[in-house]
Amino acid sequence: MATEILMPALSPTMEEGTLAKWLVKEGDTVSSGDILAEIETDKATMEFEAVDEGIVGKLLIAEGTEGVKVNTPIAVLVEEGEDASSIETSSGGDAAPAPAEEEAPAAPVEAAPASAPATPKAKAVEPDWPEGTEMKTQTVREALRDAMAEEMRSDANVFVMGEEVAEYQGAYKVTQGLLDEFGSKRVIDTPITEHGFAGIGVGAAFGGLKPIVEFMTFNFAMQAIDQIINSAAKTLYMSGGQMGAPMVFRGPNGAAARVGAQHSQDYAAWYAMVPGLKVAMPYSAADAKGLLKSAIRDPNPVIFLENEILYGRSFEVPVMDDFTVPFGKAKIWREGTDVTIVSFGIGMTYALEAADKLAEDGISAEVIDLRTLRPIDYGTVIESVKKTNRCVTVEEGWPVGSIGNHLSAYIMQNAFDWLDAPVINCTGKDVPMPYAANLEKHALITTAEVIDAVKQVTYR
Amino acid sequence: MAARKPSAKPNVSPEELKQYYHDMLLIRRFEEKAGQLYGMGLIGGFCHLYIGQEAVVVGLEAAASEGDKRITSYRDHGHMLACGMDPNGVMAELTGREGGYSKGKGGSMHMFSREKHFYGGHGIVGAQVPLGAGLAFADAYLGNDRVTFAYFGDGAANQGQIYETFNMASIWKLPVIFVIENNQYAMGTAQKRSTSTEEIYTRGAPFGIPGQLVDGMDVLAVKEAGEKAVAHCRAGNGPYILEVKTYRYRGHSMSDPAKYRTREEVQKMRDERDPIQSVRDLLLQGKHATEDDLKAIDKNIKDIVNASAEFSKESPEPALEELWTDIYADEVPQGDAVEA
Repeated sequence: MATEILMPALSPTMEEGTLAKWLVKEGDTVSSGDILAEIETDKATMEFEAVDEGIVGKLLIAEGTEGVKVNTPIAVLVEEGEDASSIETSSGGDAAPAPAEEEAPAAPVEAAPASAPATPKAKAVEPDWPEGTEMKTQTVREALRDAMAEEMRSDANVFVMGEEVAEYQGAYKVTQGLLDEFGSKRVIDTPITEHGFAGIGVGAAFGGLKPIVEFMTFNFAMQAIDQIINSAAKTLYMSGGQMGAPMVFRGPNGAAARVGAQHSQDYAAWYAMVPGLKVAMPYSAADAKGLLKSAIRDPNPVIFLENEILYGRSFEVPVMDDFTVPFGKAKIWREGTDVTIVSFGIGMTYALEAADKLAEDGISAEVIDLRTLRPIDYGTVIESVKKTNRCVTVEEGWPVGSIGNHLSAYIMQNAFDWLDAPVINCTGKDVPMPYAANLEKHALITTAEVIDAVKQVTYR
Repeated sequence: MAARKPSAKPNVSPEELKQYYHDMLLIRRFEEKAGQLYGMGLIGGFCHLYIGQEAVVVGLEAAASEGDKRITSYRDHGHMLACGMDPNGVMAELTGREGGYSKGKGGSMHMFSREKHFYGGHGIVGAQVPLGAGLAFADAYLGNDRVTFAYFGDGAANQGQIYETFNMASIWKLPVIFVIENNQYAMGTAQKRSTSTEEIYTRGAPFGIPGQLVDGMDVLAVKEAGEKAVAHCRAGNGPYILEVKTYRYRGHSMSDPAKYRTREEVQKMRDERDPIQSVRDLLLQGKHATEDDLKAIDKNIKDIVNASAEFSKESPEPALEELWTDIYADEVPQGDAVEA
């Protein structure tokens, strides 16, 4: 009996991959553990092994094919004597996309999860780049790498250190290619010792360098949080302005997919509380690039919160010699009149999707991306609330002491007379992150919850 | 620690010996004055005195060169005076005044001097050790031959981040000297109750870092060991560990009644091993100085310390606007190594 071999999911966030190379050909006999193919995921190139034994009857996907969806049949194994030519596969060839074009389309394909809406057109009040600037489509991952590479080219004292940043090319491929260009002096693999290497990074900043310290995830930065707060954030003040830590701590933050309670925390509100730190949490690739370049140049310690799920999302990025985004300037992604939705980072996916659906019901939502959480662009939020008279905040982090809580208080104190309804905070649930798929989905914020909240504040 | 005479053959000139006497005595008199001002309520919070440990920093500073860096914990007054920071600025920081090194915003535990390459003054036990390795990392990156002295105590020697740092300093061959100031009590816990090994300097061996035990009550022995360590680091051989056995005469901080040891133990150390008295004896016995010479030094120090106390009382409290300054830098602070 023929056995279909399916495109495997080889990382928590992998939805599709590239079939880089077949290591078997039709007619080969394979047994369990033999390497069938090399598959490039969103994180790395992986060897894919056979589970069953048999004869390779048919290779369904050509090598070099990009964008092969997880669970697409890629080959068929047959038994001795079985005729491969008579095989009919379940979804067969038409599920397998043609090799991707050089520039993948920005909008995610149909099979992408509901939390990945088409990239909306941004309308910044003051645009981040001049009208008519040439644009290119880039993933957040590529934008982050380009930001680091550009800053490393222009300042010899910028270097990057962290676990697997160099020879492995980045646990999430964000530092891909940096070792080749800049060498092992400036792209430094560390042992798995967050507390220690964060401290060494801070000391190097005291000593005149501009370190970029990558945490494989911010969950691991808890081991290093003393150095981040007590050493990096407070020294400028404690020294009466004599010395500080011009550096960036960066890495993925918040929930990925199905990685459980210890790998899924959003630290936005924690770090945003600390005077002496700056905190950025970009959503789009353009903001990721522009803000990271600003962060590297900033003379203060910057917490740069990325998101594993966003790494693979594509956006339009301006083609400019030196594109930066200033801290403390929110971006209005969508103008509206009935309600202000304030979010940041991956929360923007829910905010924008909710706004799309609300528009169908005739509710006009203004969607603001804070982009940086310290400093926060209060002015843009207050101005918007004075126009719409209602506000909903959206974030994936826990509810108690959230960014939404803080904004609610700020709005109450500064725009009380303009409010027609209480501000509602949509947040992740007040629970450790569960593993089960259905529970995890409910632990995170959902678009439906954002829509419900907007309907509450607009009394619909 | 067995009582022992100071090094029989001083590896220094009489002038240098007199300088060490001066520097150690300055620290002692300064700390005595600080204790007094604390008692008067002029100094608040935590105040950790260095009395008894003077030979450690004075001996190591004698082995250092211009541009070398130092970083330590919260028991930091001695290190600052030994590296040439102004006693007025240190004392005024203790009293929380505008004229202090951190404009009154740091206090006893948090002072810094870019000019003297003193990087603090850190209050979390052990945290200064990776920071010190980071300073050395910067020098190695910039390609100069400076070394960093990263001081910590026998208590901090049990912190995990010390060993994370040993590992990285060794694989990256960082020019850092880990100075374990073993004063034998981690606050109130004796070394044998808290530390698995008696010889802490051997803890670098698994990481490939050479270590050496040093008599910290003998300034000349400290200097000699320091020179060896500096030469090792400057030659690009990576880190070095010096465990300097010393003794703190006073409590852990001003509020420590020190019930964990006997008065006799402290008195015996003062009588038999005092680092200042032994240099004084060397100077007099070797006829390198007369009683009058030393009296002149004593008088000079008394004047410096009294002046610092006066300055620390007269310097005004920081302006209220200072509450809101130095939280963020507008410019990248220029590291003193940037030019390389």
